Amino acid sequence: MTFRPRDPARHPPALAPAYKTSVTRSPRLPLLSLDPGPTERTGPVFRPDDLGQMDADLLSNYGEAAPIGERILIHGRVLDGNGRPVPHTLVEVWQANASGRYRHVRDGYVGALDPDFGGCGRCLTGEDGTYAFRTVKPGAYPWRNTRNDWRPAHIHFSVFGTAFLQRLVTQCYFEGDPLIARCPIAQSIGDPVAVDALVANLDMGQTRPFDMIAYRFDIVLRGRRATWFET
Amino acid sequence: MTELPETPSQTAGPFVHIGLTPGAARTGLLDLGTAIAAEGVPGTRIRIAGTILDGTGTPLRDALVEAWHADAQGRYPPDAADGFRGWGRAACDPESGEWVFDTIKPGAVGDQAPHVALWIVARGINQGLHTRLYFEDEDNSSDPVLNLIEQPVRRDSLIARRTDEAYRLTIRLQGDGETVFFDP
Repeated sequence: MTFRPRDPARHPPALAPAYKTSVTRSPRLPLLSLDPGPTERTGPVFRPDDLGQMDADLLSNYGEAAPIGERILIHGRVLDGNGRPVPHTLVEVWQANASGRYRHVRDGYVGALDPDFGGCGRCLTGEDGTYAFRTVKPGAYPWRNTRNDWRPAHIHFSVFGTAFLQRLVTQCYFEGDPLIARCPIAQSIGDPVAVDALVANLDMGQTRPFDMIAYRFDIVLRGRRATWFET
Repeated sequence: MTELPETPSQTAGPFVHIGLTPGAARTGLLDLGTAIAAEGVPGTRIRIAGTILDGTGTPLRDALVEAWHADAQGRYPPDAADGFRGWGRAACDPESGEWVFDTIKPGAVGDQAPHVALWIVARGINQGLHTRLYFEDEDNSSDPVLNLIEQPVRRDSLIARRTDEAYRLTIRLQGDGETVFFDP
């Protein structure tokens, strides 16, 4: 049993000139195709005691009071390409606060820092592949690319899976945001259907009345190729 | 069998440290991946280190590197030695751009020479880059992965040089001496 190769049409190319930083940071020579061996088919394992109790709750894991902003539950499932849940895998997130400002020494945006928001969360998926974070909806913010580029509101996601070749870092956007279509990073993915896969949808069914709006974002990692020998 | 398309990759951006090295970035959580091999795990203690250069030869100072390697007997978790996690994560130094891992030297994995898988994300990198680090003081001549590389001169891009304090590897994202990156 081996993994299906990555479909390059689903991903942004290394060189996406409208995203200027990619020009000097993209390999020019083709990637070398490698049949996955033991190194690629295995991956790190994380345990509940690697994480802190409040790690998945960005509303309370940094400051004393509740952060400012629209309270949201962002949740979903991690599946493999065969549609099977990926249990006990590490999901990590990071984001700007509701003003579009990151808690980072190199973020000089005029948007205000929030003393009660760190912007980092993580959890292990459940038996059924589910994950959930309580947080605030991040703000849009400007960035240096052309003279007037704005990032759509987004949450960065990092996911492991069971094999190092499944390692994935991506960004989740929010349904209805007009900046998605104008973003050189989101649009570095050529296929609009693939861009849509990065959009979290409003999930009224999971919304907590008088508390939090819910958004759903499912993540699919690379799947295995079916073989004659698979049982 | 159901076939779902993979979620597309996006760049980790300039502020990856907030989420993936939150201890160093002081965003409230502790860092993961700080101990690849706990004290007492059998093997030779080594340091591997290097820099990542962009197409102009400038070190990336905002990149994040992850390492994944076998224990001294060539085994991966969960079958590896007690206390061996096999996985480490390091942010490049914000001034020098250097990344560093303290670990044990891996053993050969089957017919593959001892090696460390490296995975790199950063602003401007749209899809995490997979590469490998091999050791110049090992016999790499029959390694089947190195031998997949058509031009022998390019194999050198994966071989770390032994210095007094570390095995050192310079990763070149593009241009002269471009590192071999894999599509596993």
